[in-house]
Amino acid sequence: MQIIYAIIALGLLGLLFGLLLSMAARIFAVKVDPRVDRVKELLPGANCGACGYAGCVNFAEAYVEGRTSANGCIPAGKETSKAIAAILGQEVTESEPVIATVFCIGDNTKAADRFIYDGIEDCAVAGRFNDGFKACRYGCLGLGNCVRACPFDAVKMGSHGLPVVDQEACTGCGLCVNACPRNLIKTLPRSDQGHLVLCSSHDRGKSVSRACSVGCIACKACIKACPQEAIEMDDKLAVIDLDKCDDCGECVAACPPGTIHPRSAVPKKLGEEKEFAENAASAG
Amino acid sequence: MERLLTIIFVYILVENFVLHRFFGICPFLGVSRKMETAIGMSMAVVFVMTMATLVTWLLYSFVLVPYNLEYLQIVTFILVIASLVQLVETTLRKISPTLYQGLGIFLPLITTNCAIMAVALLAVREEFTFVEAVVFGLAASIGFSLALVIMAGIRERLELAEIPDVLQGPAVTLITAGILSLAFLGFGGMFTL
Repeated sequence: MQIIYAIIALGLLGLLFGLLLSMAARIFAVKVDPRVDRVKELLPGANCGACGYAGCVNFAEAYVEGRTSANGCIPAGKETSKAIAAILGQEVTESEPVIATVFCIGDNTKAADRFIYDGIEDCAVAGRFNDGFKACRYGCLGLGNCVRACPFDAVKMGSHGLPVVDQEACTGCGLCVNACPRNLIKTLPRSDQGHLVLCSSHDRGKSVSRACSVGCIACKACIKACPQEAIEMDDKLAVIDLDKCDDCGECVAACPPGTIHPRSAVPKKLGEEKEFAENAASAG
Repeated sequence: MERLLTIIFVYILVENFVLHRFFGICPFLGVSRKMETAIGMSMAVVFVMTMATLVTWLLYSFVLVPYNLEYLQIVTFILVIASLVQLVETTLRKISPTLYQGLGIFLPLITTNCAIMAVALLAVREEFTFVEAVVFGLAASIGFSLALVIMAGIRERLELAEIPDVLQGPAVTLITAGILSLAFLGFGGMFTL
């Protein structure tokens, strides 16, 4: 007899709650645009926030409501952007895929330290403390704010204290660009074409060479060497115009400290930075 | 009144659900990374725990006891809590989208939280009256929130600290939780029911 009571009691309760829930679902039904779900499924789902919204769902809502465009999600890539745009029957305006590049090669074997820093492991904090522990006040402090900012594990700390961007994993979202308090990371079009001046120091040549063996000393040798006239001085720092550069390599040979490198030589994943650092050391 | 106050203090400080009884460890470690999420989760827990104790107590006293079905309490409570959370979620979504946005993700997470279940079962076992049971649910959830918010505060500071490699991640979190629990042992015996 007991078992029958139990079955009846539980069965009734279950039925009651079921009815209650289905009634509530009817009464309190909220219309959700089905397109939001379809957009959400296509998105990478990393909730990285590079689009400016709190997460992928918020981006999907914003997109369906027309507050942002299909290529607002940078990590999604071209194909996914097209698929997302197709849901609303739109065309994608092409956006060039970009990749993060670190504009400092003054690792701990080449750039001098002024004092031993033993504080909080954060570039912004260390940078504010007496202009940072490095002799160069523009150089990478190597405490990994960019590493922590990357939602795709694409930025890793290399063996010599400089971050290395994994070119396969990098989606070009630009979160590391904003995370670097010294603005050393820039996003560039994804290609191996062109040469780069891998330094961000605007100091005078003398102070640069004292602080770092591979910093740009603003000697203008590259400007004279460049047959394309692609190089300009921007406040004591040589800058190469990637549109004009034709990869002839004259500037690499001309650069006394060895600051200029072809983009193809930039470390493409963790482990390659050792070889790069050795080559850079012998070039200078 | 005095008994109600005692219940409140006992279950917030002395027999804290997380730090003394070790209920609800998963959300305690899972969502204590940021203060913002910790507060969202806390609010959702306060809400659901109090509601759950209220409903389960009524159901136990007026349905299970009269028909001698006390042994069904666990099954019934699971049923009640799951439906309750679902009901709250659908209702909230319509009535207060803002609150839904705030609590939204945490509500389904709590459905299977052992702390909620424990409150419902303990309220019955301690033979509380109706008012006492509801106050007990409220106090237990506030205790949970207190532990969660303290933990989130500590973890936000730990983010900036230099932690030895071997202790990074879960290890230092568990050690922190242990020390926190020890600290709360200091309240032992301050109030007794």
